[in-house]
Amino acid sequence: MSVPSEPQTVEHIGEDRDYVGAKLGMWIFVFTELILFGGLFVAYGMYRSMHAHDFHKASGELNITIGVINTLVLLTSSLTMVLSIVAIRLQRKRQSMAFLACTMLLGMVFLVNKIFEWSAKIHHGIYPGSEHLMARPPGERLFFGLYFGMTGLHGLHVTIGVGVMSVMLVFLARDKIRHNDFIKLENTGLYWHLVDVIWIFLLPLFYLAA
Amino acid sequence: MSQSMQPKAESPHIVGYATFVRVWIALVVLTGLLVGLSVTHRPNLALLGLLVITPTKASLVLFFFMHLKYESTALKYMVTAAIAVLIIFIGLTFSDYLFR
Repeated sequence: MSVPSEPQTVEHIGEDRDYVGAKLGMWIFVFTELILFGGLFVAYGMYRSMHAHDFHKASGELNITIGVINTLVLLTSSLTMVLSIVAIRLQRKRQSMAFLACTMLLGMVFLVNKIFEWSAKIHHGIYPGSEHLMARPPGERLFFGLYFGMTGLHGLHVTIGVGVMSVMLVFLARDKIRHNDFIKLENTGLYWHLVDVIWIFLLPLFYLAA
Repeated sequence: MSQSMQPKAESPHIVGYATFVRVWIALVVLTGLLVGLSVTHRPNLALLGLLVITPTKASLVLFFFMHLKYESTALKYMVTAAIAVLIIFIGLTFSDYLFR
């Protein structure tokens, strides 16, 4: 690859970037996230083996359709994310921005679905600490506690991801992310795919457990 | 100096759109299979889905979307080590519960 042709303005002098290091740092962050969610998955596994029947019964109350739709939404958003990176590397800036905007949109669709899903549960009196829930067997209380806790933490990650992507969209527009300097976008992608991987495990554990 | 910000020769080559679209199709098909197995109401099949299909889906995302397939051996070892630590945690916790 040739040296970039843009003028070396004052702000570029002394600027040094470490592509491999930047990516390695992001992967290490990904590992901490794996351990964070891993702990919650262990908690889920333990309580499920102690209260198999209650978990089975409570899981039947979740809406499989919404769970599967959200899975497809996130899988597709992962695709548009990775296509955005390919596009910028091929110097197709507008295409890259369009793919990134699609990813953000799909992330928001996921969150809207989540809001509908949670609202329905809360409307039925199912939320942590509710009278209705506290009157039910301990296993069902644990299931819904884990459900709100884990999908909530995941939803927080989706929200942060959409926020980070909006910054990346501005960077793309201002040529701060270019075909020869795309590590910010690539690291955003790593984060977004991690969010996708976590959901891949949440789907069978919560929605399909019945 | 600006050379250092260039992706190095050993850094990932550009994978075309088509590869990723194929991976996405595979992920959607596997999701369909997973849901199909879970509604058969046969616990063994559902468990198979959980233990085989779900990790396969995660691996597809890891290897292609997260680009691990094209990364250095060192990074691959790091990811393997991180996942191994997680599996050891899970294994130890469950063995503690089962043989208590």
